[in-house]
Amino acid sequence: MADGRGPAGVVVAAPDRPTSTDATPAPPRRPAGGWWSPRGRERLLQLGFLVPAVAYLLLFFGYPVVQNALMGFQEYTTRTFYTGEAPWVGLDNYVTVISSNVFGTAMLNTVLFTVGSIAGQFVIGLGIALFFHRRFPLSGVLRSLLLLPWLIPLIVSGAVWRWILDQDNGALNRFLGALGVADDPGWLTSTSLALIAVIGVNIWIGIPFNTTILYGGLQDIPQDLYEAAALDGATGWRAFRHVTWPLLRPVVNVVLVLGVVYTIKVLDIILGLTNGGPANATQTIATQAYHLSFKEFRFGEGAAMGNVLIIISLVFALLYLRANRRALAG
Amino acid sequence: MARRGASLRTALPALVAAAALGLSACGGGSGGGGGGGDVTSLRVLDYYNNEPGKSTWGRKIDECGQQVGVTIEREAVPGPTLIAKVLQQASSRTLPDVLMLDNPDLQQIAATGALAPISDFGLSADGYQEGVKNASTFEGQVYGLQPITNSIGLFYNVDILNQAGITPPKTWDELKTAAAALTQGERYGVAFSAIADYEGAWQFLPFMWTNGGDETNIASPETAEALQLWVDLVNSGSASRSVVNWSQADVMEQFKVGNAAMMVNGPWQFPALDEAQGLNYEVVPIPVPQAGDTVVAPLGGETWTIPQTGDPARQAKAAEFIACLNTDENQIALASALTTVPTKTALRERFTTEVPRMAAFTEIVQTARARTGKLGAEWPTAATRIYTAMQTAITGGAAPLQALQQAQNG
Repeated sequence: MADGRGPAGVVVAAPDRPTSTDATPAPPRRPAGGWWSPRGRERLLQLGFLVPAVAYLLLFFGYPVVQNALMGFQEYTTRTFYTGEAPWVGLDNYVTVISSNVFGTAMLNTVLFTVGSIAGQFVIGLGIALFFHRRFPLSGVLRSLLLLPWLIPLIVSGAVWRWILDQDNGALNRFLGALGVADDPGWLTSTSLALIAVIGVNIWIGIPFNTTILYGGLQDIPQDLYEAAALDGATGWRAFRHVTWPLLRPVVNVVLVLGVVYTIKVLDIILGLTNGGPANATQTIATQAYHLSFKEFRFGEGAAMGNVLIIISLVFALLYLRANRRALAG
Repeated sequence: MARRGASLRTALPALVAAAALGLSACGGGSGGGGGGGDVTSLRVLDYYNNEPGKSTWGRKIDECGQQVGVTIEREAVPGPTLIAKVLQQASSRTLPDVLMLDNPDLQQIAATGALAPISDFGLSADGYQEGVKNASTFEGQVYGLQPITNSIGLFYNVDILNQAGITPPKTWDELKTAAAALTQGERYGVAFSAIADYEGAWQFLPFMWTNGGDETNIASPETAEALQLWVDLVNSGSASRSVVNWSQADVMEQFKVGNAAMMVNGPWQFPALDEAQGLNYEVVPIPVPQAGDTVVAPLGGETWTIPQTGDPARQAKAAEFIACLNTDENQIALASALTTVPTKTALRERFTTEVPRMAAFTEIVQTARARTGKLGAEWPTAATRIYTAMQTAITGGAAPLQALQQAQNG
């Protein structure tokens, strides 16, 4: 496996298989013998298979993204919905949102939230995946139970965590009290703890996803490699370092990039726990974009904020593609 | 009612709806009638989709439909999704014949041009409480009639106060003393909502306004004094630090189970409080800075409007229907059933005689103000500043005046 290619059969977007998004075909050359020759008909058929996917992408992904990009440059208010008038304002919306006091805080919170959540989810997820990699009685049952946080609607988990983290009567503070911790920390009400608490809840939600995919990746590493490594004296940490980790790398890339894209836009869990408070301590770019558009009805500014998020996600998508290409080339 | 509940997750469909805008030409059927002919039905849109409001309004709406000779096609959507729905309907020209709006949203929607002035159809808001009328007015024209209104007051647990020998506080100083004396063990003296949402701003308004504060510039000593009161209540331990994350519904729960001896809240909590066995409570106006000051509280409630549907015959019918919801009898009937206050000032005495428990709120409403009275469609921005400053000061991020200055500068 020195060629650095992913292990065969990785379920999640094996890097050497083009995914539908990069499947935009080279413009078909007019086939020799015209469209109605057997070869031409085959080409038409191929195109026919492509049309639904391309139409779907354009309609449900292309249109909203383009529309959102345009909205960022328009004065788009409630009035626009009735009159259809949305005057161009150039970069005004961007200037307004970026120069506002809350932007710096929101950007920092977004970075901390994303990095913190992903680090926690990944490390704990990998630990659990490795743990379940050795089979033991009931491991299947336990593994399915682990999926529970993923299956619970976010509305429910948000409400439950809000109750657990309540300062006066929450389960966590009651527990800490029983352990002898005297002052009740204000998990969701102190500006220094709220972001940590929200990250903690998001880690809890993200563990099943990380575990499941990493576990899948581990399953694809052939057992005989470990046996060979053991003959050479590599067991335990050294086996992980020299066998598991290099072979798991493609899956790790996928998990991390998907993680960033999922985490950076998290809205519901933050709104449910703190609504961006206290005093913007948990306000992120995503929650601020939501607030501007749907609470203050400044759709132009909301779209500008949203576009900032899209650009950040795009950067990560490019990094991901490059990492993949290098892995393939190596 | 102030924006109800923790709206956020239910608001997600709104996001989707707005994103899909332009793709979907949705909206209900256009009803019977049609251009110019006999109007046989009206489409009504409101957000009373929960009991008890749902069926109380439902009955009244059907009754008025019968009275003006039309069948009613009523749609009640969840509160937080109403505006998204209205905007979608405005852009696809499928607005209903009769539209109910939360009063602070009226100017926002009227500014789009989607609503017709009610004077076009012979209606007027003369004789209505001034603040209520202002909330329904945009650029000098009245765009809606609001049959009932509400506000917030100070609820107190009669048994706890009696036991401690404390009378309900009337001034800020009395409030601080009473709250401190009533704080015991697990119980806080007072509870209020200082959440990062419009609800939090709405709860702060009676303190801010009564002291002479003004939303056009919140960085004033008057507003800072009001904020200092809240900060003091929290710092002295008379109110929980959790107020920064409590919605009004959470505040009600705390009061209901006896974790707070007093609370700031509104009359829409009566049904929930009445469910609690052995809870004995009363309401007084929010305490004022100095004895003798008049409390200025914010007005709640919904206003009924006539959208520009382009069909004068249907709009005229809609006006008749709205007039019916606003007859003296119906204002009193709705106010009694929903524990709110009729908006026509002439009905004041008759109402408090018929429904004595609403006396305190009827008094509060007389001097109350509309949130959008000064800033109109800019109110949401001001409200965001108010709650941000509130939270900064309560969590100790800055002194009240400084926090207000920061927020005012955006």
